[in-house]
Amino acid sequence: MAINWFKYSSPSTFYGLVGKLIPWFAWLSAILFVIGLYIGFFVAPTDMTQGEAYRIIFIHVPVSILSMLIYLVMAGYAAMGLIFNTRLSSMMASALAPTGALFAFLSLWTGALWGKPMWGAWWVWDARLTSELVLLFLYLGFIALHAAIDDPRRADRAAALLAIVGSVNVPIIYFSVQWWNTLHQGSSIKLSGTSMQSDMQQALFITLLACWLYAIAVSLVRVRSIILERERNTQWVTELAEVKQ
Amino acid sequence: MNWAEFFAMGGRAFYVWGSYGMVLFVFIVEIILVRHRKNIAVQQLRLMKNVGEEE
Repeated sequence: MAINWFKYSSPSTFYGLVGKLIPWFAWLSAILFVIGLYIGFFVAPTDMTQGEAYRIIFIHVPVSILSMLIYLVMAGYAAMGLIFNTRLSSMMASALAPTGALFAFLSLWTGALWGKPMWGAWWVWDARLTSELVLLFLYLGFIALHAAIDDPRRADRAAALLAIVGSVNVPIIYFSVQWWNTLHQGSSIKLSGTSMQSDMQQALFITLLACWLYAIAVSLVRVRSIILERERNTQWVTELAEVKQ
Repeated sequence: MNWAEFFAMGGRAFYVWGSYGMVLFVFIVEIILVRHRKNIAVQQLRLMKNVGEEE
């Protein structure tokens, strides 16, 4: 049986499929948050040097990882839209940008609230923090540039270029703790093994997964609105059950 | 650990709950906004459809 891989690259089939998937992502995310935070707050032990304040890690690290990951996925979709001229890819890029920006903001916010008790400063111009701030500005730049151009297809192309060029910043954030002598600590979890206590590690992985599923769910809701807004002159949109009633 | 100790977070309550509180706030606002945007999009399509039928 031949599978038509391009079937779901059409906005009309994608709209229907995604509508069925969103509740699954959303509920799974909520359940994993409850489990992950339960382990993080009630099972994982108090840190020897940082006391209870270290528990910020269970949200700071997931939102930070996702702010970078979402950027790469967004730039990937934007590039696909630019190369293959597929509408849906560009819509996905636009749908991911606000969520990515919020995650970058949350990374800086939770980082500041962790930095103050541990380093004595809300903010330092450290390589990790500065490159994460640049990431937030790249997201905002992408959103602003897209909004500034009236023709959506032209806006897609201009914003895609910005996203692709900006993706250079992601490895800079990731390796900043190795390349520069920063105040921000290095990774505790590495491919070669981890220096974390197992309950802490487990809680961290579960909240990471929960944030990931949250980001997927909320971006998919947003992409469905974008599809409706941009495909409003097509026949299939007027035939949707929610529009017909 | 009792509830009072839990909420006190070893004296770091402001930092810990300030972090989680902001995340919760941002998530709730984002969920409200994306749902609102979806409703607006559907409403506009309904309006366009009704106008189209009257013409």
